[in-house]
Amino acid sequence: MTTPIIECRNLQKWYSGVHALKNVDLTIHPGETVGLVGDNGAGKSTLIKILSGVHHQDSGEVLIEGRKVALRSPKDAMRHGLETIYQYNSMVPTMSIARNLFIGREPMKWSVFGVGIMDQQRMRAESIKAIADVDLHLRSPDALVGELSGGQRQGVAIARAMHFKSKVLILDEPTNHLSVKETDKVIGFVRGLKAQGLTGIFISHNMQHVFQSCDRIVAMARGEIVFDKPTAETSIDEVHALL
Amino acid sequence: MKRFLKIYLDKPELAGLALLIVLVLVFQAKSNGILLSFENIRGVMGLLPEMALVAIGVTLLMICGEFDLSVGSVFALMPMSMAVILNSGVPFTAAVLLGLMICGAVGFINGYVTLQFSIPSFITTLGMLFIARSLTIVISGGFPPLLPPDLPTWLFTDYIGGSPFRMSFLWFVVIAALVAALLSLTNFGNWIRATGGFNEAAASMGIPVKRVKIACFMLCSVLAGFAGLLQVLRLGSPLPSIGEGLELQAVAAAVIGGTALAGGIGTVFGAIVGTLLIRTIDNGLVLSRVDANWFKFAIGVLTMFAVIANAWMGKMSRKIKVEAHK
Repeated sequence: MTTPIIECRNLQKWYSGVHALKNVDLTIHPGETVGLVGDNGAGKSTLIKILSGVHHQDSGEVLIEGRKVALRSPKDAMRHGLETIYQYNSMVPTMSIARNLFIGREPMKWSVFGVGIMDQQRMRAESIKAIADVDLHLRSPDALVGELSGGQRQGVAIARAMHFKSKVLILDEPTNHLSVKETDKVIGFVRGLKAQGLTGIFISHNMQHVFQSCDRIVAMARGEIVFDKPTAETSIDEVHALL
Repeated sequence: MKRFLKIYLDKPELAGLALLIVLVLVFQAKSNGILLSFENIRGVMGLLPEMALVAIGVTLLMICGEFDLSVGSVFALMPMSMAVILNSGVPFTAAVLLGLMICGAVGFINGYVTLQFSIPSFITTLGMLFIARSLTIVISGGFPPLLPPDLPTWLFTDYIGGSPFRMSFLWFVVIAALVAALLSLTNFGNWIRATGGFNEAAASMGIPVKRVKIACFMLCSVLAGFAGLLQVLRLGSPLPSIGEGLELQAVAAAVIGGTALAGGIGTVFGAIVGTLLIRTIDNGLVLSRVDANWFKFAIGVLTMFAVIANAWMGKMSRKIKVEAHK
């Protein structure tokens, strides 16, 4: 058996008296696409926030590729190859695609103490390539993200994660507020992760979307994992019955 | 053609520039050619750097998604504290640096209080408007202190040769170029735009949004203080009342130049165009023998018009798709 890419052991989290995560154990292997489902308040978001470095667990540990890690900020998580795409979209609409792709990770021509001149030529060239890699065709890396459709934005976010060689892509409700056509596009992106050798965690309310794109379903309720099966061995009805 | 039109519509500061040219021509005719006379340009260009530097600072902060109403008071506080420090026997350079550090501290407090207590910067800096103005008057002791006669005005306010420009204009050009470069060429500029454009997205990408904002608050205050220094060296005396109302003119200049109140959008060039428009209207109305009290009326109308026009141009621009995309 290969080393799991992510291993959560006994994760616990309280929010001012609410026990949001109760001893959660979750093991994810490289190349898996895991669908994480559950009702509001089931603990999905809490688990994801811990993995993306937004919150820190009160107890328990996270191991990435077998090594114990402390994820204290989004930057930490990214450094370990965990990149999260949020439902509210992690793109800045008033900025160009090229600038968005490199927010916080700009290639530099010259810098002192981390601040300096960006290599904008490289940013544009690499963003053209990154976008083409996810099979998205946009007219120019200088176009504003605000002019893109919701699905295209998620595509650019996924292109960004791939460009930075993320190992695990966490998609937090990426199909919310999208039209049917746009949703299909995003599901296409999620399916494409495996071909690129990436591990994916797909959080959604929508069972259809998860069943269409994931090869394993994990369900949470009341802060615990209550269900964990390969997609092929279960059905939407079975999961529904549990929640 | 379509592409050209779209680029034009995407840049509200260009519309401001067009309006500026029209106004200059109108006032030039109305004033019988006095507007563009050497002496008049000399007068306008002496005032321009002071207001433009404040407008640039405010624009930078607005791009970052915050707001500063205290710049007018900081404009007065910096030279006043410098004068008090000078009178206690500290040399000029040190006094200027100390004065600018006080501005930096004011900016830091503005930013820290705003972010720590998550209150609107509008409120924090409204408070600071009163605090800094009060401090200016308190430290002056009611009497404006005299400036020593041997200050290096050649470095700040003397005319450059026989040109209509003072040294302050050179400072303004260099600072404007530096801030413009900071915004468009550096990664820090990228973080400022991201923070103002969509705070949550910037934070999720690991941008230290609070530190970025505090840095912008500090830069805005320091620029306002430096502008106040230029004015006081030009006037020769640190009056405690200078800069009153400047904060609103600076915001008007920023908005007229295309800066969005919601953050993320704006340029240094726009701030300069906005300032030039305000200064030209002020000067042009006087030269055209219009009652000077109409000045504020004109600025008011222009501000509203600019925001409406920007919104309309943005909408038109989005309608124009230069190339179809899949």
